[in-house]
Amino acid sequence: MEMISEQNIPAPRDQVWAALNDAEILKRAMPGCESFDVVDNNKFEAKITAKVGPVKAKFKFNVQLIDIDAPNGYTIIGEGQGGVAGFAKGSAKVDLTEEGTGTVLVYAVQAKVGGKLAQLGARLIDGTAKKMADDFFVNFNKLLSSADSA
Amino acid sequence: MTENGIGASVRRKEDYRFLTGKGSYTDDLNLAGQTHAYFVRSPHAHASINSIEVSAALASDGVVAVLTGDDLAADGIGPLICGVNVTSDDGESHRAPPHPALALGKVNYVGDHVAVVIAETIAQAKDAAEKVEVDYGLLPAVTDTATAANDDQQQIHDVAPNNVCFNWPFGDKAVSDAAFKSAYKVSSIDLLNNRMVTNPMEPRAAVGEYNSGTEEITLHLTTQNPHVHRLVLSAFNQLAPEHKLRVVGPDVGGGFGVKIFVYAEELVVGWACRKVNRPVKWTADRTEAFLADAHGRDHVAHAEMALDENGKFLAMRVNTTANLGAYLSTFATMVPSYLYAFLLAGQYSTPIIYSEVKAVFTNTAPVDAARGAGRPEATYLLERLVDVCAEDMELDPAEIRRRNFIPVDAFPYQTPVVQCYDSGDYNAALNKALVLADYGTFSDRAKEAESRGKRRGIGLSSYVEACGIAPSAAVGQLGAGVGLWESAQVRFNPTGNVQVFTGTHSHGQGHETTFAQLVTEQLGVPIENIEIIHGDTAKTQFGMGTYGSRSLAVGGVAIAKACDKLIEKGKKIAAHALEAAEGDIEFSDGNFQVAGTDKAMNIAEVAFTAYVPHSYPEGLEPGFDENAFFDPMNFSFPAGTHVCEVEVDPETGVVEIIKYSAVDDFGKLINPMIVEGQVHGGIVHGVGQALLEGCQYDSDGQLITASYMDYAMPRADNVPSFDVDYAPTNPPHNPLGVKGCGEAGAIGAPPAVINAITNALGIKHIDMPATPENVWRAAQTATS
Repeated sequence: MEMISEQNIPAPRDQVWAALNDAEILKRAMPGCESFDVVDNNKFEAKITAKVGPVKAKFKFNVQLIDIDAPNGYTIIGEGQGGVAGFAKGSAKVDLTEEGTGTVLVYAVQAKVGGKLAQLGARLIDGTAKKMADDFFVNFNKLLSSADSA
Repeated sequence: MTENGIGASVRRKEDYRFLTGKGSYTDDLNLAGQTHAYFVRSPHAHASINSIEVSAALASDGVVAVLTGDDLAADGIGPLICGVNVTSDDGESHRAPPHPALALGKVNYVGDHVAVVIAETIAQAKDAAEKVEVDYGLLPAVTDTATAANDDQQQIHDVAPNNVCFNWPFGDKAVSDAAFKSAYKVSSIDLLNNRMVTNPMEPRAAVGEYNSGTEEITLHLTTQNPHVHRLVLSAFNQLAPEHKLRVVGPDVGGGFGVKIFVYAEELVVGWACRKVNRPVKWTADRTEAFLADAHGRDHVAHAEMALDENGKFLAMRVNTTANLGAYLSTFATMVPSYLYAFLLAGQYSTPIIYSEVKAVFTNTAPVDAARGAGRPEATYLLERLVDVCAEDMELDPAEIRRRNFIPVDAFPYQTPVVQCYDSGDYNAALNKALVLADYGTFSDRAKEAESRGKRRGIGLSSYVEACGIAPSAAVGQLGAGVGLWESAQVRFNPTGNVQVFTGTHSHGQGHETTFAQLVTEQLGVPIENIEIIHGDTAKTQFGMGTYGSRSLAVGGVAIAKACDKLIEKGKKIAAHALEAAEGDIEFSDGNFQVAGTDKAMNIAEVAFTAYVPHSYPEGLEPGFDENAFFDPMNFSFPAGTHVCEVEVDPETGVVEIIKYSAVDDFGKLINPMIVEGQVHGGIVHGVGQALLEGCQYDSDGQLITASYMDYAMPRADNVPSFDVDYAPTNPPHNPLGVKGCGEAGAIGAPPAVINAITNALGIKHIDMPATPENVWRAAQTATS
């Protein structure tokens, strides 16, 4: 299932785009993120603690930015191993459009899980993925808004 | 009849132990120095294994060993085998892909065994398992039964092109096609038989123990057949020679087929306890049971019946695709072939039957026998098709069945699908069931329900099953690798009590009571002085175990034959002691008596004399202890008619079973209370399949029904109080006149329930499970 949502960010699009490519901001926006390291150009390694239904696990995510179309958007994809909890795969396609002085950020999220996560939480994954994405982009918006006002 | 003998509803001797928490299950066993095993399982449905890194796990606290498929292969252990051959339409044997107990370079389903961690505690084993790093190369997964053999599907095993295990036609296609061409009418149906996870209450477990002094492995297992486990583990898996391997199946909390098979975990525990030279224990958690127990059913089928103008069945043809999962489990090939197609005649005199079965591999857990095994699939298909025929011919479902029943005077009846039914009276059971179900006044109840906005439906299912799985010659011809007799030893101790050793195994069936009733009836020994012993290869001489409702029909007869031998010997001893001719000794109610006199000797005294033979017949061996084997002439063929009445709420799709009536022919009943319990349990099992249970993999091969959150088991509020009665006939080849009752309910119930729902909604078909959502959708379509 693909879930689409949006955030109105009171910052110009170029600034939003720059933030979307800033590893430190991405790390701070990511819920449960312990580390977010640049591995290569547009490639990152993230350690994230996530909870799906009854299963809580630490994931080692390989994160990549693809389909980059500056400053209109990109797709962020992640594939993570959570040890015995199984694995998770997800993507968020991000589109930026200017609206007045601000920016509308539209994101479409897809997620899949495997192993124990699927066995115990398959029916919860869509809700969990949506919540994680919402938290991420809300945090992202807040970080930008506060940076703007600072 | 003696007080606790044949026909008495004796309370189960074993229940005191079970109900007071004194049962002794595999997981209850804890041995000195015991270690714990935890399996690293694949989270992927289909992947190559590029590497397995175990060093971090080995360094983890408390870890004794981390073992992989390479270690297993280096020791020459395995692979796992499938014991029944099916010849495919190209004349070759079914395709048997390699089945290592621990993966070698590839995993083929979620839950597949990659490595095992042995540690001091289970927590340490689990922690270390997290540190086993496996580098997988992901492959597309195949999960759908119907399309698994399509050209565009990913190939799973090199040895099985198009993922086909076998194509198995049976019957004469040309003859069948000709009959269909000239038919008055052809009725047809497409249906699936939903995949089930069997879910015995006790999950599988194994405790392995190695004695380096005697070089003997003792494996305590959740097994339905300890000797079969020992045989397969020895002869085919090279675990240890048979005389150096002891398999113990202690109290087992439910089997339903799932504990027949030889699994990877069992072999690995047996091997690992020798490898680390310490006891090793493994107990499945519930998720592991969902993932790695053999599943049941999972067929997709198309069936057609050719009819004449009177509704007589002229010919039937069936096309079935059966999902066998990722590997072949121990008896997997037999289930959708011999145990399925050979039951397609049902209770009917259909002269021509043609069947094609395609068995396919998918990236799902292996599929094997589950309560009924093939016979529920055949019965469901046939009994649904018969209802469609009735609808098409505008005949009452009871009437079309009557018109096609094998008549009572036609037995023994040779069906066109191998089986020769020995006995039955199908009309008797049907008539009795219709009375029990108030079938004649159903329309009144339907009208009354309609006035409340509900839809009533009534459904019939007239099933026949082949159980008492045997005889050896027949199963051998079919390709089974084993014989299917049973053995017994009846031993008097010098003090007059009796120990009975049976090769069958009880995992809820109540053998300790039923078999004791047989012995008390025959030998006149009080039931409390009789102990039934099973489940230990070091105690019981031999046996084939319990499945296919065979324990009483085969194992019970072996006990009776051993008792016969004791009586014969006892007559010699009594004749000597009573100074009479052997021919003048009569035996009844536990007494050897000189005919026409009051000179008698109790069997306990005879036993004592046999062990203290101070004055004893010349040349006669001392001891009072006899062995017997029984290999029957034929299967046993229980049959019956079940009638289910449901009320459907079209607004919510909820189905309530209002009344369920079952009339079965099990031959003679030894303990009617236990039989009724088996009928109840079987029906609930069948109701679970019909209304609730459905094992689901997603398209990536992830099992998304792996807990009771997502997999619904039947509960007390899903079923009514059952009306159970019997219409017995006498099976001529069975010396005790018994048939078998353990699976009948699970075979008869699913079509009775679904036929009732289709009747209520006025629809042709609804697939199982008929969950509220599915029923609601069907109700919407039906009314729109």
